[in-house]
Amino acid sequence: MPDKKTPKLDELEHGPWPSFVTEIKKAAVRNESAKDLLNLLERSYDDKRGHWKHGGIVGVRGYGGGVIGRYTDLPEEYPHVAEFHTMRVNAPSAWFYKTETLRTLCDIWEKHGSGLTNVHGSTGDLIFLGMKTEELQTTYDELSDAGFDLGGSGSCLRSPSCCVGPARCESACYDTLDVCYDLTSSYQDELHRPMWPYKFKFKMSGCANDCVAAIARADCSIIGTWRDSIRIDQDQVKAYAESGLDIQGMVCDKCPTRALKYDHEKKELHVIAEDCSRCMHCINVMPKAVRPGKEKGATILLGGKSTIVQSAFLSWVIVPFMKMEPPYTELKEMVAKIWDWWDENGKTRERLGELIYRMGMTKFLREVGLPPVPQMVFRPRANPYVFWPQDEIVK
Amino acid sequence: MSKIDGGPPDYKKLLPPIITENYGQWKYHEIPRAGVLKHVSEKGDTLYSVRVGSPRLVSIDYIRDICALADSYCDGYLRFTSRNNVEFLVSDEGKVEPLIKELEAKGYPIGGVGNALSNIVHTQGWVHCHTPATDASGIVKAVMDDLYEYFGRTDLPAKLKVAMACCLNMCGAVHCSDVAILGVHRTPPRVDHEKIRKGTEIPTLVAACPTGAIRPDPKNKSVVVNEERCMYCGNCYTMSPAMEILDAKNDGIAILVGGKVSNARTAPSFSRLVIPFLPNNPPRWPEVTAAVRHIVETWLNNARKGERVGEWIERIGWERFFSLTEIPFTDKHIDDFIFSRETFRTTAAFKY
Repeated sequence: MPDKKTPKLDELEHGPWPSFVTEIKKAAVRNESAKDLLNLLERSYDDKRGHWKHGGIVGVRGYGGGVIGRYTDLPEEYPHVAEFHTMRVNAPSAWFYKTETLRTLCDIWEKHGSGLTNVHGSTGDLIFLGMKTEELQTTYDELSDAGFDLGGSGSCLRSPSCCVGPARCESACYDTLDVCYDLTSSYQDELHRPMWPYKFKFKMSGCANDCVAAIARADCSIIGTWRDSIRIDQDQVKAYAESGLDIQGMVCDKCPTRALKYDHEKKELHVIAEDCSRCMHCINVMPKAVRPGKEKGATILLGGKSTIVQSAFLSWVIVPFMKMEPPYTELKEMVAKIWDWWDENGKTRERLGELIYRMGMTKFLREVGLPPVPQMVFRPRANPYVFWPQDEIVK
Repeated sequence: MSKIDGGPPDYKKLLPPIITENYGQWKYHEIPRAGVLKHVSEKGDTLYSVRVGSPRLVSIDYIRDICALADSYCDGYLRFTSRNNVEFLVSDEGKVEPLIKELEAKGYPIGGVGNALSNIVHTQGWVHCHTPATDASGIVKAVMDDLYEYFGRTDLPAKLKVAMACCLNMCGAVHCSDVAILGVHRTPPRVDHEKIRKGTEIPTLVAACPTGAIRPDPKNKSVVVNEERCMYCGNCYTMSPAMEILDAKNDGIAILVGGKVSNARTAPSFSRLVIPFLPNNPPRWPEVTAAVRHIVETWLNNARKGERVGEWIERIGWERFFSLTEIPFTDKHIDDFIFSRETFRTTAAFKY
């Protein structure tokens, strides 16, 4: 078959932003399925609709997930994407690589797949984009021999991911990379063999800037914080003032709790520590002058998810402060109770957040043994429709 | 049989020596120029990170090319960010400028640091997914070409995070971004009764509908869709191939604005719908790029220093946002799902 023309996609090779079309074309030089992908995508641009069949269940021996099966609905015209599965490869914490590691992955992928990748998928996995069913097991075997494993898919623990943390950030309040690696290693069974009502995601951010969007994109969001006061270096405050920074306007006036006082005369910044909600704003604006406190740990929040079915949820506070030190026993004991409760009570395809919402926070807290604290709510309920447990009333 | 349950590689073996030596000991950072971070540790070691925009969907040739660059300038170490940019980790200050020169010569965009536009978090689209209402990679390329100047700057009022999802599953960050581009349907599913009978688990399909528009039809061993209750989310199609919903003429794009995940100053917040529908117009989606640019420029011209898009709108009021942008306000903007009442204006304080 002669090469097809792709005038619409060719247009997307122009312009300054790097072009995914150029990338597909590079892979298409050596690979027939990358070439057919290009042609099929051009067809989608003409038809204004996708051309992938619904679903697809494929995998590797021993695992219940990690591979997303995909088949085109036009296999006669585009035979090399008749099967075009993706494999999720669990990425290292915070996406640090050695070049030799990446080259090993490229060599494996060149042999067995389309040569196309996503670096990375939104959950954090490295995506091998497009392979035939017969290549799945050999690809996995070679990955495994090279020290890699698959990530999660389906109703299981998905691949945890984390921000750059203490590897390269002065605001990190705990070791996000280690927690990510530790949880991933500890829960390999839960990750590879789906056994739950629905998916479950962990994300770890080292501070409230939340650079992996844990609060929005994880069922369990672990966000670094501290319990004592921010630390202020007055010499550096003076240096910022002298460099022209409007400390009153850009720092104090934007403090959400008005916990900062600036002395114009002395060029000194002071904090009312008990009023600070540790939002990170002053630290972000003056990283040389203001630092997190010394008593560090994390806030644990639960329930984050996207729209389907009941609307999007942001995770909410469940433990205001937890020390994060290996082997993370307190966290793991809590997580085990929560998973048990969800597995027992969750309906098919019900995310943890939706289950807590349906059953009620009161019931959830009692059944998993967590104490209610005011940090869990923006404000108390306005309606008086209170459920009283029968063991709390006079008999 | 190969090893199973080995897990990912140990990150500790993949960190550059300067990071291993200064792990958890970083003191402060600066942004010496657009796209570059300078981190200084307690013992005075300095690490430069040069951030480069990537299309995310890349070939192994691309990966090998950035590996060659990392070998020349970074002793073979690099990382990727949570917005799918590449970061070259340079411990030798003398290599920063030569790396930047070579990146520029190769056409790699340097930027996305500080108060800049960063990369667009996006999804599979027509490249690999079966439920999309639009393409992801194409729109992202068109929008980033159009807003390119803001990637390599650091003087925007605040960070600008744009996200894209090709259907309401919203894989990624659409529900919490400054500007979000979302693929939407506008027609109900077309039920294929034969396919339902062949293999759909009907109770799960019924339970998948957020508005209860699907009920079982035991006589036919199938389901019925109450089209008046259907808002075309496509979740039934996710559950069953019998609920075909793609519609080339009516699928398109919605735009949402004002979300964020950081806790700085204000609490994390959801993005809100401001344009209910724009057509799919590949390969350049001119209606989408124009709408995004218009919103971004209105923010640039009106926001105070330090204000994210959502913070700016909450200060001036949504009614002012609509008058400033001249985006028509319609019945489709008013929430009518289960949590809607909280979004109604229960005060007499507003602007004309």
